[in-house]
Amino acid sequence: MAAILPAPSNSRLLLSGNEAVARAVWESGCKVAAAYPGTPSTEMLEVLSTYPDIYTEWSVNEKVSLEVAIGAAFAGSRSFCCMKHVGMNVASDALMTLTLTGVIGGLVIAIADDVGLSSSQNEQDSRYWGRFAHIPLFEPADSQEAYEMTKIAFDFSEKHQVPVILRMTTRINHVKALVTVGERMAHAASGFKKEPARWVMTPAGAGKRIPLMFERDKTLRAEAEISPLNTIENGKDKRVGFVTSGPAYMHVRESFPDAPVLKLGFSCPIPLEKIRAFAKTVEKLVVAEEVEPLVETELKAAGIECLGKDILPKQGELAPNVLRPAIAKLLGEPIPEMPATPAQVFPRPPTMCVACPHLGVYYTLAQIKNITISGDIGCYTLGAGHPWNALDTTISMGASMGIALGLDKGRAEADKDKRILAVIGDSTFLHMGMQGLLDMVYNGGNVTVLLLDNRAVGMTGGQSNPGTGRDIHGQEAPRVDFAKLVESLGVKKERIHVVDPYVLPKLFKTIRDEIKIPEVSVIITDQPCVLVDDYKKQKPFEVLDEKCTGCGNCVDVGCPAIHVTRREKVVKPSGKEVELQFVRIETSACTGCNLCVQPCAPEAIVHADLTKPIRLVKH
Amino acid sequence: MPDNNVTNILVVGIGGQGVMTATEILAEAAIALGHDAKKTEVAGMAQRGGVVSSHLRFGPKVLSPQIMAGTADLLVGFESAEAMRWCHMLRPGGLVLMNTARLVPPVVDIGLYEYPDDPLAEIKARGYQVHAFDAMAIALELGDVRLGNTVMLGAMADHLPFPAEVLLDAILKRFGARKPHMVEVNRKAFEAGRAAAKMAAEEAVA
Ligand SMILES: Cc1ncc(C[n+]2csc(CCOP(=O)(O)OP(=O)(O)O)c2C)c(N)n1
Ligand code: SF4
Ligand code: SF4
Ligand code: SF4
Repeated sequence: MAAILPAPSNSRLLLSGNEAVARAVWESGCKVAAAYPGTPSTEMLEVLSTYPDIYTEWSVNEKVSLEVAIGAAFAGSRSFCCMKHVGMNVASDALMTLTLTGVIGGLVIAIADDVGLSSSQNEQDSRYWGRFAHIPLFEPADSQEAYEMTKIAFDFSEKHQVPVILRMTTRINHVKALVTVGERMAHAASGFKKEPARWVMTPAGAGKRIPLMFERDKTLRAEAEISPLNTIENGKDKRVGFVTSGPAYMHVRESFPDAPVLKLGFSCPIPLEKIRAFAKTVEKLVVAEEVEPLVETELKAAGIECLGKDILPKQGELAPNVLRPAIAKLLGEPIPEMPATPAQVFPRPPTMCVACPHLGVYYTLAQIKNITISGDIGCYTLGAGHPWNALDTTISMGASMGIALGLDKGRAEADKDKRILAVIGDSTFLHMGMQGLLDMVYNGGNVTVLLLDNRAVGMTGGQSNPGTGRDIHGQEAPRVDFAKLVESLGVKKERIHVVDPYVLPKLFKTIRDEIKIPEVSVIITDQPCVLVDDYKKQKPFEVLDEKCTGCGNCVDVGCPAIHVTRREKVVKPSGKEVELQFVRIETSACTGCNLCVQPCAPEAIVHADLTKPIRLVKH
Repeated sequence: MPDNNVTNILVVGIGGQGVMTATEILAEAAIALGHDAKKTEVAGMAQRGGVVSSHLRFGPKVLSPQIMAGTADLLVGFESAEAMRWCHMLRPGGLVLMNTARLVPPVVDIGLYEYPDDPLAEIKARGYQVHAFDAMAIALELGDVRLGNTVMLGAMADHLPFPAEVLLDAILKRFGARKPHMVEVNRKAFEAGRAAAKMAAEEAVA
């Protein structure tokens, strides 16, 4: 992204929660910001990287990003780190001891929970980390609050020498709303001071810091009780009062304008006494929290009578269409009528891009029988879908390696001839896959690994990583050599192949040969994601109607530029009935990658005659 | 408009069509007039070919960013089946502005599902007003499919609680800043979309 001049202070801007946090981090004089991309958190760092006077980096994974931020905070700089919810699972090893050392420079960690699962493999509640690690947690309810709380969080972090978690959700990160921005205040680093008892966490040292952490808990709880981030809005309809936070607060306000509401902005440690007093002012107390019953459980344990997940769902967003009927039912009122039911329309799952280099890989894998494919997370996870159905497992980033080895070692007698493959992207490999491959080599696995190096973090929008040869600003950076890397992890040189995923016969032969060899093989594909600058478009193709036999081979490639225009059932001489699929190529979308041309035996796919005007084809 | 004076506009289509950008420009126009505004998407892995529905709410004060089913004042469909998919979000008697272009997804191509025969008729049968036109053809005529979202914005121009010029300003401001050479052709696309919607409205009455 090109450097842009930051908008002047006092501007009122339409900002997403991510953009608002980025602005606040910059205004707070933060010196170091690190992250690994992940929806819905990615734009925080992407936007920050366009600001001046701040060091930003794409780290190889979330743990490293947090460690970079910790180091900067130890040096007395303000630092920032952000990640999607599952990122903290990776980073938490550092977090759980960081709570003992604390920090010098303010450290803010923004975690984006994908409530509603718009693009994640699970739905986690990051508010647990505040409790688990004994650190304070703030929950903004819109962009303006995300901006303000970030600034408060830096001050608070320094005041109490403790990292602060900013818990966001998709409905904050990606909602655009008005924000009034302010001035940047530079913040000089105080410098690293040698103090082994504080910074070197040995059992003896850590043992001494634990009581300090519990002391800090008391201070933080007292701060939460008086924090202006926790507000009470008196309402005249006292039948139900709400304790709520984050986007759920907005939904509660929208749904019940007259209800008393205690809004938690500083929600960990929880301001129990404030809530206890509030509870006395209402007939029934309902906790509206996304997503797990955390506050509810704490209130119940403290003897504060309340309802929560007994009447509200434990999954997804608490939007007005969920809240209104639940509260009506509680009050014995008529349940609001459901508006019209949605029309039945086909699903439209996301697809791989036209000419994606992964297409050739999945087309090939779909042709090979008797294999199990351990998959990973990235655009290539779509290989589990139609038309390929060529991916059998996905758990977490990098897991394809260990799971493949486990599938190999734990195989049933009936599966003894099955070949195990693993498919992993470049960014995922560098994030968490390398260790799994090393484990596989070290322990004598029998797995063929496909390392799809498309020189991008495709899934999250094409960010850079150590495999792309570019840094966060698009500047040249050292580029890892995957073939050398896997060789140094112990994969035999003759078992490593670098292939062009657009050349199908070679790709097919390489995979088929390698799966027969009972050792670890690594096949690296080397063509870039079509979204990156390195991608070069070629002359597009079209289908000659008169030559197309309707064999459907090109459809199996799965390129979205290929469309079926007509189906026809025919009976073969053998008596077998088959369905023919006649196709056309959307020439304006085709990039000429040549994939679909290869399986077309009648040579019906030819370079398009671009002198003719583009036809607008209607179905 | 509902009693809290908040206008709800739902813009729907497919990842890559410029739905989110169009909604953002609308939001900027609303803000220029002093409204509070919130814009949110319900988008899966939005980038490639998936369903996108972008919610815009504006008025004196906006709380929840989400439009609830049955409360949208205006539904703008960048694609036929998508307009049909989301029409239940409209308030009774609400207006649909829709692109008649049909973008067929791979799951239909490979025969797993069928594309609805006549989305326009289905929407009408539910009692909504519909103004339909081929925005893709208009954009192609102007030389670039990517102008489709400006065509759609033009179509909205006469159905907003503010003057069309405010919206046009917001569009031109955006292109002026990022792609100055695109200003003129976007102005044309806007006017073409506006004219197409007007004609469709007359046809709907006739
Ligand atoms: C711990 C964790 N961090 C981040 C993500 C978000 N995420 C999903 S896939 C992916 C990277 C995909 O890149 P790559 O492996 O290169 O595959 P591509 O999408 O380019 O095919 C990321 C960052 C995640 N799911 N889990
Ligand atoms: S973004 Fe890149 S890797 Fe992902 S589907 Fe598109 S071309 Fe493939
Ligand atoms: S050559 Fe075939 S597979 Fe490649 S982009 Fe064109 S239509 Fe798609
Ligand atoms: S592979 Fe060739 S012959 Fe077969 S359907 Fe495609 S274009 Fe027609």
